[in-house]
Amino acid sequence: MAQARCHRFGQSKAVKVYRLITRNYEREMLDKASLKLGLDRAVLQSMSGNKEGNNNGMRKKKSVIFLDAKSFLAGPAVLQEGDRGPAEERSLRSHHGRERRRQSLLLGGHRPDPAAKSHHHHHHQTSGFKGTNDYGKSEEREGRSCVRYKCGLLNTIQDVLRQRPGWVEVKDEGEWDFNWCDVGWLRENFDHSYMEEHVRINHFRNHYELTRKNLMVKNLKRYRKNLERDVGRMEASKCEFFPCTFALPSEYHLFVEEFKRSPGSTWIMKPVAKSQGKGIFLFRKLKDIMDWKKDGTRSGEQKDAAQVESYVAQRYIENPYLINGRKFDLRVYVLVTSYVPLKAWLYRDGFGRFSSTRFSLSSIDDKYMHLTNVAVQKTAPDYDPEKGCKWQLQQLRRYLTAKHGRETIETLFKEIDNIFVRSLQSVQKVIINDKHCFELYGYDILLDQNLKPWLIEVNASPSHTPSSQEDYEMKCSLVEDTLNVVDMEGRLTGKEKRVGGYDLMWNDGPVYREDVNLETFGSACFSANTHLGCVNDREKQLRRLLKPFPGQKRM
Amino acid sequence: MDEGSELSLTIAQIVQRLKGSHLHSQIERQAKECLHQPEIKLESLKEDVRSFLKTSGWERQLQNAVYRELHVQLPPSHPATPPEHLKEPLAYMRKAQASWEKRVLKSLNSMSTELGVPLARMRPAAEQKELSNKWNEMGTDEPDLTSVRPVYAPKDFLEVLISLRNPNHDSSEDVGVRSHWGLIQVPLNVRDIPQLRQAYSELNLTSGQLGIDDHAHIHPDMFENEYVQIGKKVVLEQDSAAAQQYSRQGCPTGLRADLWALILNSTNQPQDVMYYEQLTAGVIQHDLLVDNLIYKDVKLTASNDDYYFVFEDFLYQVLLCFSRDTAVLEHFKYNSATPPKSFIQGKGEDEECAVVYPPNGVIPFHGFSMYVAPLCFLYNEPSKLYSVFREMYSRYFFRLHSISSSPSGVVSLCLQFERLLQTHLPQLFYHLRQIEAQPLRIAFKWMVRAFSGYLSSDQLLLLWDRILGYDSLEVVAVLAAAVFAFRAENLMEVTSLASAEAVLADLSTLKVMPLIQIFLFATAI
Repeated sequence: MAQARCHRFGQSKAVKVYRLITRNYEREMLDKASLKLGLDRAVLQSMSGNKEGNNNGMRKKKSVIFLDAKSFLAGPAVLQEGDRGPAEERSLRSHHGRERRRQSLLLGGHRPDPAAKSHHHHHHQTSGFKGTNDYGKSEEREGRSCVRYKCGLLNTIQDVLRQRPGWVEVKDEGEWDFNWCDVGWLRENFDHSYMEEHVRINHFRNHYELTRKNLMVKNLKRYRKNLERDVGRMEASKCEFFPCTFALPSEYHLFVEEFKRSPGSTWIMKPVAKSQGKGIFLFRKLKDIMDWKKDGTRSGEQKDAAQVESYVAQRYIENPYLINGRKFDLRVYVLVTSYVPLKAWLYRDGFGRFSSTRFSLSSIDDKYMHLTNVAVQKTAPDYDPEKGCKWQLQQLRRYLTAKHGRETIETLFKEIDNIFVRSLQSVQKVIINDKHCFELYGYDILLDQNLKPWLIEVNASPSHTPSSQEDYEMKCSLVEDTLNVVDMEGRLTGKEKRVGGYDLMWNDGPVYREDVNLETFGSACFSANTHLGCVNDREKQLRRLLKPFPGQKRM
Repeated sequence: MDEGSELSLTIAQIVQRLKGSHLHSQIERQAKECLHQPEIKLESLKEDVRSFLKTSGWERQLQNAVYRELHVQLPPSHPATPPEHLKEPLAYMRKAQASWEKRVLKSLNSMSTELGVPLARMRPAAEQKELSNKWNEMGTDEPDLTSVRPVYAPKDFLEVLISLRNPNHDSSEDVGVRSHWGLIQVPLNVRDIPQLRQAYSELNLTSGQLGIDDHAHIHPDMFENEYVQIGKKVVLEQDSAAAQQYSRQGCPTGLRADLWALILNSTNQPQDVMYYEQLTAGVIQHDLLVDNLIYKDVKLTASNDDYYFVFEDFLYQVLLCFSRDTAVLEHFKYNSATPPKSFIQGKGEDEECAVVYPPNGVIPFHGFSMYVAPLCFLYNEPSKLYSVFREMYSRYFFRLHSISSSPSGVVSLCLQFERLLQTHLPQLFYHLRQIEAQPLRIAFKWMVRAFSGYLSSDQLLLLWDRILGYDSLEVVAVLAAAVFAFRAENLMEVTSLASAEAVLADLSTLKVMPLIQIFLFATAI
């Protein structure tokens, strides 16, 4: 198929494709393809006017000559939300259409299928409130009955994608609609990829601005400085949620200065690009770090590797909140579907990860004691996989509420929300916004004895390898709901404040539980639309919210 | 005996018990000290002192102490009643309990011989030091416990209950439709649903419940917010009786610790902390054989539990101290059980040389630590945790592993469970019986632990709210029956005990209050 070449990554020459088609199913396919291209143009053109157009690097010239130009007219100029037919009726109708089409695909696809065609046309006629303009829109919302996905990870994500109705895996260089890749793949391929309008990928191009430890701190510091300058000290003080951190080697001298100012304090060294607890150590004497530094330069041949490896030195939180003598941290999941405007979702579930040994500062050599990463815990000699060392966040929230009362803990969780929002805002201007991208972040939060939450780090590829059955179920739900929000199937209206376990936390501004309208506008008692560590009755909510999958009966 | 003299007898008993208490001396001292205050007048001395004690909160504390005595106090009885009748009025129950104790003690002794471990020994100084150093992290210790076996498990105990018979009752008389299909064959008076509805009226479909009406989809203004406000007031008032009444509709998570302590009158005063420290010292000085049982039990149960593994150290701190606490012996006045006795080596088997072993008189069995585990959610300080647990044990939990005719006793609970099931789900009962899957064989382990370790922790605490609120374990039997009712459809399809057990293996997703409420108030009778 020569035609495939024009979609290939890196193709920048004009490719002419002449296709001979018959007026049947194939013809319909072409309609669809051209429609998508029309949409693509409309959107890309409108984008080049604003600052979102900074993804020029990936845009490649492409031109296709159509034998039938009429269908090209279908491309809409503007996409509008909100005007759609009665959802139930629509879903039934489109459901029939898709069902038939799916069947025809299964039966071999190329056979003329008048039934499918008539259904399809019928559909466009009835839902096209705005004539031809709506043609494209219904395509956009209706989503896809068949999603070709690529997945670079072998774990829970793979399981979920495989089980999703209508999703088909693509191997190797095959074309995909959805890609859940690792960051390595992204680095190598993103800049060379042309992505069609509907395509989605699970990372932003420069996701590392938030997920690399040194950059996160740099961005947060800058954000805080700007806030202090533009709004004032009070506002800037709301960013005091990350421990004092320096990038090494670049800020070595600043670090030494700070280190000497607080004698006896404990610091933690972390390689910036590694995750899951690799290469971490604690120290209290400058001598330790000198040795480490020498070690890095002494290795001669590996000098390059050692220099590339940058670290952060972070003030260690010496008074962590302990439960029965054990240290723990919170793992929370935040999904960003857009940076401009910022749109972020907070998942209700998550977990508290306990250190298996008891906390004390007297033996800082015990790595297992200080780290609460499950990835680290697993290699502890007495790790019991049955135990898991984890609590569901619900459990933890109840525990804390029982100990400190509801008000205190509500305040705590509000402060945690603040961490998510501020940290995302700190990179909002830096991250290259791209409507193809979404990102599922794993936030690591530590509490201290005063119930102050601290941001430890943000992970771009949170571990999806389950440690227990319960954990597996939670992670499956998380990935499923991520797919539900990303909505390749077009089952949402775009106005949802909740999708399964996700609550919309920020939508170009705070999101409230209450609907803000003229009647409620005056009242001051809005509460944030976040439910971290609260009941997650996602299945029930999804049943109410979603249309059935294309080609699937409503349960 | 008329009502008046019965009352005065009770009052006399309570006064007797409170006289030597710390509270008594405190109040006395306060009364003396207040004499120096100008508002206390000589001419109205009695009234003035009284009103001083009232305004300064001492009266409320006295009320709470009296209220506690009423809970644990023996029922008013004829002065001539022999003391064993206070423990258990039915002779055949007493006998059965005594022979069960003999078996347990024998098993403990044979373990002692087998392992070559004495029942108790003084720790050498070095060992004492080591233990006190790691007091807060005993869970990190991995003693070799492979040869230690729990003295008994709930199912051994169930066999004993099944074999119970009342010699004065011929059960062959009423064979027929009305005969009892269950395993418990002793005639005891247990409540049916209409009686339960009366007793548990606060759980009815129209009153608000925590565990139901605080659900995410119900606006908190409907019930929750106001209810929490009332709860705060109850805590502020420091009134045990009000707290108990309040707990019937459930305790809010943030107030539960205070409310439970109030209901149980566990005030955690400096002397309680001191007492707990003494017990700690006792653990450090002496090593007991039962300690191994405790270690083993914690390792087998709580440490492997998704919710409770975090609390391993707390459990040791509480349970080891508990085994040395002679104050626990008090509850044997009204417990059908009698503390086991042992003899000090070399002094012969003379009754005079006999000592209670373990010092608290309670031999832990498999699952015992689950009585403590849920409380770790509520209390941080070991001393507070300890005193709440001890009170819970000597009010309720002891009844779950001793043979008695008490309505909260395990025999009554078993019978009540079976009756409820037979009356309201006869088809299910019949089916399970036909396939030799007697319901009690599945439900017994839940009831012995008051569901601890089976339910998710939040649901468990909601259940225990009601145990405290109604001052009875009856609700445990009701829940067990409600669980069967809830899964009846699936149970009707099973064909073996193993598959019935599989259907009921995971209770962690259940919501207890809706189950209980529906079973009690929405079942056709």
